[in-house]
Amino acid sequence: MPTWLTEAEFEVLTAACDRTVPATAHGPGAVAAGVPDYIDGLLGAFTVDPPRIWARGPTSGRFGGEAAFASFHPLSPLDELAWRMRIEGSQGRPEAEFNGPVIGLQERYRSALEALGADFCAASSEVQDARLAAVDGFGQLLFHHCCEGLYGAPEYGGNREASAWAAIDFAGDVQPRGWTDAEVTEP
Amino acid sequence: MTLDAIIIGSGPGGSAAADVFTAAGWTVAIVEKGRNHLLDPDDLTKPSSDYSNDEIKFHNRYFLGPDPLVEPRTFRTSEEDGDRVHVGEVNSVPSTVGGGGTHADGKVPRFMPGDFRLLSDLGPQPDADVADWPVTYDELEPFYGQVERAIGVAGLDGANPFAGPRADPFPMPPGAPMFGAVRSVAAAERLGYHPYPAPTAANSVPYDGRPACNNCGFCAFFGCPIHAKGDPVALLTRAMATGRAELLAETFVSKICFEGRRATGVDLVQADGTTRFLAARYVIVAAGAIETPRLLLLSDVEHPALGRYLMVHFQTIVAGGMPYRTYAERGRSVTHVHDDMIVGDELSRQAARDAGLSWIRGGLVEHAGAAMPIMEAKHYPPGAVHNQLMADSPIRKRLWAFTMQGEDLPYPGNCVDLDPSVRDARGFPVARVTYRPGRHELVAHEHFGPRLADILKEMGAEWTAVTSSPGRGNAGFTPDSVPESRHNMGTVRMGTDPRTSVTDPFGRLHDYDNVVVADSSVFVTSTGYGPTLTLATLSARAAHHLI
Repeated sequence: MPTWLTEAEFEVLTAACDRTVPATAHGPGAVAAGVPDYIDGLLGAFTVDPPRIWARGPTSGRFGGEAAFASFHPLSPLDELAWRMRIEGSQGRPEAEFNGPVIGLQERYRSALEALGADFCAASSEVQDARLAAVDGFGQLLFHHCCEGLYGAPEYGGNREASAWAAIDFAGDVQPRGWTDAEVTEP
Repeated sequence: MTLDAIIIGSGPGGSAAADVFTAAGWTVAIVEKGRNHLLDPDDLTKPSSDYSNDEIKFHNRYFLGPDPLVEPRTFRTSEEDGDRVHVGEVNSVPSTVGGGGTHADGKVPRFMPGDFRLLSDLGPQPDADVADWPVTYDELEPFYGQVERAIGVAGLDGANPFAGPRADPFPMPPGAPMFGAVRSVAAAERLGYHPYPAPTAANSVPYDGRPACNNCGFCAFFGCPIHAKGDPVALLTRAMATGRAELLAETFVSKICFEGRRATGVDLVQADGTTRFLAARYVIVAAGAIETPRLLLLSDVEHPALGRYLMVHFQTIVAGGMPYRTYAERGRSVTHVHDDMIVGDELSRQAARDAGLSWIRGGLVEHAGAAMPIMEAKHYPPGAVHNQLMADSPIRKRLWAFTMQGEDLPYPGNCVDLDPSVRDARGFPVARVTYRPGRHELVAHEHFGPRLADILKEMGAEWTAVTSSPGRGNAGFTPDSVPESRHNMGTVRMGTDPRTSVTDPFGRLHDYDNVVVADSSVFVTSTGYGPTLTLATLSARAAHHLI
């Protein structure tokens, strides 16, 4: 269940993610790694408190220590203003429009998913590519979020069970174990 | 009770001053516009647990600030661009308790003795206002040692043949050399260069109650989860432990208030938006070489040189693809460097003559790879090739690279002023950066880039590529040419002549008796070294001069 997008929007997003970074023999694609959940989690960051912006530290528990990444940092008033501007846009609020209106990620995704069309999932690869390229700047935005959702910490909703790190032989957040001097100099 | 000093900025400069003042019995307030993620909120004499090995949080979501949506800067390459060509992030150093020290990978080289007398030793350059510093290496040496001992610096005595004399050895031996660095060091030595273990403010052994670095690899642009990086947490915790320092985080100084030749205090904007006046005997400005001139301009300080001579290090980045894995994700990000491109040789002197320049200087060369997977992923094209490229990983697994911190000369046209219309979320005009590299920087880049590529080829590189930061398009410098070096210097130049310099040799504004600039704003030239150790050293010296 998506937390912010509608079911129908989530289906289109899932198909768009699959087209952006598909699964291959070399590793999971964006969908298997949970990138749609990563993006939906960012768009709906303020549906939870503290908002799902910054995982806490110092450790995830994957290499020892407590599983602190599972909870999120509270935001300061300035942090909250910035992240609401980034996600929700300025929406005419004077305190968010000191340099003019800001279009948020929610609006960018919602309008792009609408432009991709309800029949996007069933469309051919060529049609999907053409529609993704037709929405100004959206392909790049989605690709960058795919990269974050694939290769960021799993606590943000993507990189399911660290499967994308495993596929590229990246250990991930190694604190508090770190690497021994021998592993650094002569691995 | 009136405070002895208000210190604006909690980075290495402000922290070094706070340490000296509080040790001498002064009562200070450290005012920081960013949040506190460095010190334990329940006990400010201890480090926090907020930092983590989290690429999303630190690289993609502005955890250390500033967030460019609420604290933007603007940029242009020259006045010909009009008011600005870019609004957003411009060479941001963290806006957080600990400032730039929190995100750096802790390389803290000293400057060389000759760096302080560039005009006398090498002579002038066209279009630049090259000058000697009003302070010598010998005068700074005791303070260099003091700061090195306070923050804990690991290094190898005698390993750098170009280094100035040291009264005391490095506080710690160097940490474990990175796999790739062992190979790039050997290749550089075979070509006649002199690489050495980078002086690093990351513990190689337990030091001052903090643990040894455990080589996690999340160093550059991250805070250290175990606080093995001493800069500036060591200085701040020591200042807080005296009981004579108060930390005012999430508090913005909007103005320094003056009566005649004296500052009376500062106007503050607090986290909840309320404002108040805070009085002190001294005002120490350590907000960095972009925010410091911004604050002085917001405070109506006037001087023809204020904001001018911004220097950022025009970086030459040379990458090579190795036929073997380089393990750049293990270790302190950078463990080795060399200074040969600063010192120069007959080849570089000939290149200068050929270009009609009297001399060129490159910068410190850092030996390193690329470690982070999100950054890597964004460099590959989307589509079916993407996760194959990620698995093969020509960037993360097999790249080795040199970053040369090329010395920027001080040009009056490279400057910081107030943007005529862009504001921050608090409603104040933001800093506008005007910057483009001069001919000296470009000639040095063209000369040293291929020579660095030769070292990578000697190391076994199958391909090499030379780029710069800021980059150049085919049409020359463009709106994309925003500096990203994080090394901001100049803008409030110090000197003995009040007509050509803004502060005296101790950082005190010539025109005001009790306002001292204690950061890299006062730098006269940029050298080829990261500014952190020298700015903290100048700050410690300035603070000793006041007490």
